[in-house]
Order: sequence, then structure tokens, then C-alpha cells
Amino acid sequence: MSMVEFDQVTKAFGANVVLEDLNVSIDKGEIVVIVGPSGSGKSTMLRCINALERITTGALWVDGKNVADPTTRIREVRQEAGMVFQQFNLFPHMTALENIAYGVRRVRRKSKADAEEVARGLLEKVGLADRGHHYPDELSGGQAQRVAIARALAINPDLMLFDEPTSALDPELRHEVLKVMRDVAEAGMTMIVVTHEMSFARDVGTRLLFMDNGRIALDGDPRELMREPPIPRFAEFLAHIQ
Amino acid sequence: MEFDVSAMFNALPELAKGARLTLLITFSGLLGGLVIGAVAGTARAYGNRLVNAIAMLYIEVIRGTPIVVQVMFIYFAMPVLLDMRIDALSSAIVAIMINAGAYIAEIVRGALLSIGRGHIEAGKALGITRVQLFKDIIGPLAFRRLVPPLGNQVIISLKDTSLFIVIGVAELTRQGQEVMASSFRAVEIWTTVALIYLAMTLSLTLLLRLLERRMKIL
Repeated sequence: MSMVEFDQVTKAFGANVVLEDLNVSIDKGEIVVIVGPSGSGKSTMLRCINALERITTGALWVDGKNVADPTTRIREVRQEAGMVFQQFNLFPHMTALENIAYGVRRVRRKSKADAEEVARGLLEKVGLADRGHHYPDELSGGQAQRVAIARALAINPDLMLFDEPTSALDPELRHEVLKVMRDVAEAGMTMIVVTHEMSFARDVGTRLLFMDNGRIALDGDPRELMREPPIPRFAEFLAHIQ
Repeated sequence: MEFDVSAMFNALPELAKGARLTLLITFSGLLGGLVIGAVAGTARAYGNRLVNAIAMLYIEVIRGTPIVVQVMFIYFAMPVLLDMRIDALSSAIVAIMINAGAYIAEIVRGALLSIGRGHIEAGKALGITRVQLFKDIIGPLAFRRLVPPLGNQVIISLKDTSLFIVIGVAELTRQGQEVMASSFRAVEIWTTVALIYLAMTLSLTLLLRLLERRMKIL
């Protein structure tokens, strides 16, 4: 069964149609990289999956639940779809450790001690074992984003969504975040990643979606598509981004 | 003219009584004002059209009229309208309550709306409930931004109580006038009254600084 399935999904903000008749199915274990020019709808597509944006028409199945169905408990969908944001969005009044432990306590109803144990383990995994007691404003962008990834992983979701996770980072800080994402992929997590990092798409991605004007213009193997761009729009995009 | 320090000391017991009443009016009024302000401010920030409109009407009426008129209305007009007696002290407390409530509502609204969409989305994305989102994320962040302007309002409300001289409640300014009427030492009495107000407001400012320093303002 597919992990995420867009079935004739349309999303419009007023008269502005952002996603048009989207049909795509993503299986468990896939590492799907979504690329495309800005304004092509890739972030909106991602944000529809955990219902931060509600779709206008169609059906969108996430882990067997249709987010467009008013009887679906959206919180349950979100608890299985961890999200990492471009601007990290760590809770500024909590330490790195508390940021990670928070969801474990609230969503998975673990005790404070158990939640902090989970958090410590994840901090170590993302290479920040010594940063647990620091507040977000005391962390570099790369460190903050790694904490944010740990926070999303902490509640043990079935699926991870990344919304341009390295776009707000200085070039020299990107690799540390990309390395953590690579580790997450190697652990077998289903990932959907909106990014401009074509090297990540090529090296880690198992599937590439090229979005253009609210539609999926290309869907295929990242290496093949990048070696021989089948459409001029994608060739232009690649030339532009590199 | 000679500055008579003993006149200041002689006035102190009466003025201290007034100061106590000033503090009582200020703090019991503000306690109510905080509740009203929190409700009206939340209604303004998140309420539907109807509650938003009600909250806005309240805020605009209070902000658009002088506090002296408000307290006169409560003390002299309300008893006629409702056919009941309201004593001066209660009128004073209620006046601070509804007056500060309107200003605090705008402070609360501003603090709530200043919370970045990103932090709210990060909470939602974890799958927490609305109550948890408000209690754990929005509330604590908004409270930190609330403290500086709220401190300002506390000082304003404290000084506003001096206007309640018009309904004869025996707060500090009124007591100053009473003492003056019998001793005729205008310079000494009003200097003392001013110094007592200053001592109260400066203590509040200091308290606020400590609170701000303890709590990281984010």
C-alpha cells in the first residue's frame, strides 16, 4: 500500500491555482526529491500532506487516511508525518533537549525521563550530544536544523517531510544537515524532500519529481533524468541551478 | 518661605493610609483588568467575527473616553440606571478594571499576533492538540512579549488612581488634599505626595526589570 497518494488533487488560494490535478503515489521506503522553479507548487504540495494547507478538491491519502475527509483526525496524520522547515522553527523558549523531548511527552505520552532519554539518543545521532542544554538562539543554523530533524524523528513518524531544509543555511553549514538526512534515509525512512540540492537528489534520492506550474512535469529516476533531461524545461532548470 | 521638614513627617501617617488605598485600588483593579484583557485580547486575535466585534466595541469605547468620565459614570450614573448603591472604593476598582482591561486587551492581542507562524506550524506539525499548542507554545512565547508593555500599563493605572479624587475615594492624592486643607503646607505636602508616587512607580519598574532579566525576552 502506498504511504502517500495524491488523487486528482487541486489546491487554489482564491483564484490562484497552485496545484492542478496532481496524481502521484509514493511507497514506503522511497526517498522522493521534489525540485522545480520557485512558485511551481512544490512546498504547497508538501504542506498538503500534513494538512498545513488543506486541499481544494480531490483526495489525499497519507498512511491510509484521507486528509480531505472531514472525519479524519488530522492530528493522527501529523503524528505520522514529521516535518522539517526551512527556518527550523525550533521553540525558542525550550532548550535543544526540551525541543526534542516535547513531542515525545505530549504526542507519545512518555514520562519526562523517558522522553529526555529518547531526546539524548537523538542528539547524539545528529552529532549534538553536548548541545542539549543550549537554547535555539545559541545554536548555529546547521545545529538548529539538526535539532529540528531530531525533534521530528523523536515521535517516531512513518514518514518525514523536508521543506527546503538547507535553503536558509550558509553553504558551509549545509553538508552537516545533508549528512544527517542521508543517515535518516539509510535507516529506511520514507522521505519527501523539497530542495534545490541536486547532489542530494542524485546521490540519495530514489525518485525525482520535477514540478512546473502546479503540475508534475517529470517523474523518474534522479540519475537518469539528470544525465539526460527529457524535456527542455528541466534542462533549463538544471542549467539555472548549477 | 521656609521648607518645613516636620510638616512632611506629620503628614506621613495620613498619606500612608492613602498610599495603601492607592495600591489596593491599583492591584485589585489590575487583577480584574488582566482577566478582562486576556479574554478580550484573545477574542480580538483569534475570535470569530462576532466576538471580535464585541471586544473591539468595548476597547474603542473605553479608549475613546476619559477615565474620569468612566468613574463618574460608574459612581453617579450606574446607581441611577441599576437602582443600586455603589460605594466610592468599588467604583474606583471597577474603573481601573474596565479601563486597564481595554488597554491590556490590545497588549495581549499584539503579543499573540506577534508569535511567528513558523512556531505555530511546528507545533501543529507534531500533532499536538489546540489546547497544548496554546498552553505550551503560544502562551509562554506571548507572555514574554507581554511583560514590558504590561509593566507600562501597571504604572499608568497606578497614576490614574489619583484622578479618583473626583469621587472622593481616600487614595493618596485625596489624602494629600485633606492634609493640606488643615496644615496649609502646600510645598511640603505635594512634595511628599509626589515622592510617595515616585517610590511606588520606581519599585514597580525595578521589579519589572528583574522579571525581564530572569525571563529571556524572545
